[in-house]
Amino acid sequence: METPQERIDSNSNGSGTGTTVSVVPSNSRAEEYATSDNALETRGLHLWYGEAHALKGVDLGMPARRITALIGPSGCGKSTYLRCFNRMNDMIEGVRVEGRVTVEGIDIFSPDIDLESLRKRVGMVFQKSNPFPMSIRENVSYGPRMTGVHGRGRLDDLVEKSLRQADLWEEVRDRLDNSALDLSGGQQQRLCIARALANEPDILLLDEPASALDPISTAKIEETLLQLKQNYTIVIVTHNLQQAARIADLTAFLMLGELVEVDDTTTMFTNPKQNITEEYITGRFG
Amino acid sequence: MRGSDAATPAMDGTRRGLPSGIAGVWTTALATLAVLAMLAALLWIVAVNAFGWFWPARVTELNLADGSTRIGIVVAREERPVENGEERAVKHRIQLKTGNRELTGADFSWVDESEIASRSTPGDLVRVVRTEYGDAFGRITAAVAADGHSLDATSEAEIGEFLEQGDQWRRERKRLEKEREHLRRPLSELEERLDMAERSARAETPDGLARRAELEAAVERTANQLSQQLDALQVEIDDLGRLTREARLVLSSGAEAIEMPLGNVLEVRWPNRPGFARRAAQAVREGVLFLFTEPREANTEGGIFPALFGTVLLVLLMSVAVVPLGVVTAVYMTEYARPGILLRLANQAVNNLAGVPSIVFGMFGLAFFVYEVGGAVDTAFFADRLPTPTFGTGGLLWASLTLAIMTVPVVVVATREGLMAVPQSWRDGSLALGATRWQTLKRIILPASMPGILTGLILAVSRAAGEVAPLMLTGAVKLAPSLPVDGVPPFLHLQRKFMHLGFHIYDVSMQSPNVEAAKPMAFATTLVLLALVVLLNLTAIIVRRRLRRAYRGQVV
Repeated sequence: METPQERIDSNSNGSGTGTTVSVVPSNSRAEEYATSDNALETRGLHLWYGEAHALKGVDLGMPARRITALIGPSGCGKSTYLRCFNRMNDMIEGVRVEGRVTVEGIDIFSPDIDLESLRKRVGMVFQKSNPFPMSIRENVSYGPRMTGVHGRGRLDDLVEKSLRQADLWEEVRDRLDNSALDLSGGQQQRLCIARALANEPDILLLDEPASALDPISTAKIEETLLQLKQNYTIVIVTHNLQQAARIADLTAFLMLGELVEVDDTTTMFTNPKQNITEEYITGRFG
Repeated sequence: MRGSDAATPAMDGTRRGLPSGIAGVWTTALATLAVLAMLAALLWIVAVNAFGWFWPARVTELNLADGSTRIGIVVAREERPVENGEERAVKHRIQLKTGNRELTGADFSWVDESEIASRSTPGDLVRVVRTEYGDAFGRITAAVAADGHSLDATSEAEIGEFLEQGDQWRRERKRLEKEREHLRRPLSELEERLDMAERSARAETPDGLARRAELEAAVERTANQLSQQLDALQVEIDDLGRLTREARLVLSSGAEAIEMPLGNVLEVRWPNRPGFARRAAQAVREGVLFLFTEPREANTEGGIFPALFGTVLLVLLMSVAVVPLGVVTAVYMTEYARPGILLRLANQAVNNLAGVPSIVFGMFGLAFFVYEVGGAVDTAFFADRLPTPTFGTGGLLWASLTLAIMTVPVVVVATREGLMAVPQSWRDGSLALGATRWQTLKRIILPASMPGILTGLILAVSRAAGEVAPLMLTGAVKLAPSLPVDGVPPFLHLQRKFMHLGFHIYDVSMQSPNVEAAKPMAFATTLVLLALVVLLNLTAIIVRRRLRRAYRGQVV
């Protein structure tokens, strides 16, 4: 792994600012790389589940207002890695973390971090949609209500805004007070996205959000994510390589708890540096 | 591991070791049938005996060969082998409930069928329900009003009016007595304080003597103040008493005549007069009276209201205590405690607690709640009443707490199952949205495990409602002088002794001075207890079903 530091220009989408992406190979020293551009970053991140070494020193930065896709075979640690950014691994018995994880420059493992504010800022959507057994309205307003937003009017505005952002508003506007469990699978997942957005986060983590959905629902979600990219930093774990190719600006390939390669998506899928990446992308394993 | 994807049991292991083929099917099916048959028999026996008691039985008049007459209700018929020299014959005899206990000293008598010349059920035979000596059977030969004029003894309407008058007098008298008690209350309180002062350890000290003298003076003063009003009330009460004694009913049963003052007559029934609707109405009335009146004559007559009331209140108090205790325990064990040897031990302890015999809990309740806690409460708050215990003796509070301790394991176990059935994804979802663990517990986990909690409550109520053994040690009594709830502040008297359906069944069927007469009452009480448990369960089940519908079957 002697890949040198690279600077990749990804001006192709023409958004202008902040287009320089640091790609950090796993053996480099942290202080050599500017971190200010990256919304999310890990340095030497190790994670153990008891004895099992799940993440083995991952150094990776993810730029703001871009979609980063994490790909890799099952069990490579993608989801574990993702769950480091809102510290959802904390709840699992026997988990030990080493290394540095920063969200917008703040070390989230420092002792004075407030877990609830962190999770408010870093929204998460899970693989299996998990609407609560409440009405659609209550689902969407759950986060704000729990983190101190009050007032019916303010909450209703948030609900509408979030549902519109998740492209669900038109479908549910007349039945906001019906149970969320009556929605279809795709709608439920978009509801979960809306629910995460209602907290007005800066970052959205998605853990295989479309893996259980039909192609039409998947397309809708992808469309939603592309829209959201303008305002949110998005990290998506996916098994679906086409999906990564379709929506991601940057793709990172993980294997056996290590970051193998990260590059802008086009390069990654057309001209990967590592053989093993190529083998994975072309479907020879995984 | 917890959550939605609980593993399905291995299919191969489930049928191993059972008899196979037709024989196996038949054996198991027959066993099932036997169980169902026994359940049906249980319900049938209880229901038949209970309803048979409510349904008005005909009063039979037997003319015997020797010319005498017996009047009563036929309750049983049995074979009696008779050896007559070489010949063996089977004879029958019938058991008659003749009532009129003041004449014969017994409610029942046996008559050989061979001695019966004729039997009939004439329409003018009556059953009289009285406040003493049990029922009376016979013919009304005279009804004399308080002013001395006679009424038409055969007219149901006239007798009805007559009884209505008696009822009114009784109610009026009760009201006056209550008024007297109310009027006397300041005096009673002073007397009680004087009594305490005399019994206190400092009674003979100069201080104590002064206090006693002061109280004695106060008692006298108050008595003087109240005497005029009290005397006036007493006159009214005595007048009513005289009226209810002077108005009377005369009954003839065979050769004997019974005279009873109107004050003792509760109801007169003509069970032989035709009309199904009439009899049905009578049965319903009988049932309602049974449920809502107080027992009379050492629980052999009258209703079971205090026992019903006591049972319901006991179960309610138990529920109020057991749900928070059980749920909090289950939440800690499921949500917070680290898995490990301690948690396993705690789990095991809870499970084993469910198997401890209930009388052991009774002993615990007696030793801990009644003697220790109750004794401490008395010393701290009711010291002036000692040595008479207030809370330091069995009572409603201690009985319900004992039952709560007894049933807490089932609530813990059921709640834990409910909590573990809440999908992990809901917890993750809530936490990922910035909710604290406490918020997640309150807003997501507890609401979603309500069905489990209710299941626990249902099991607890079922067990507690029918439990008798611990109650006998912690406050259930044969006859409580007053209900635990009344109009005197603080309205709910948790220290009072109470009556309980289960204990009442035992008392009526085993401890009654008149077991034979009280037997149907024991069955009726059993039916009420059964119905009460079913009703309580049904309520909880309906609530649970509503909740489950809200979760669309996502939670077990």
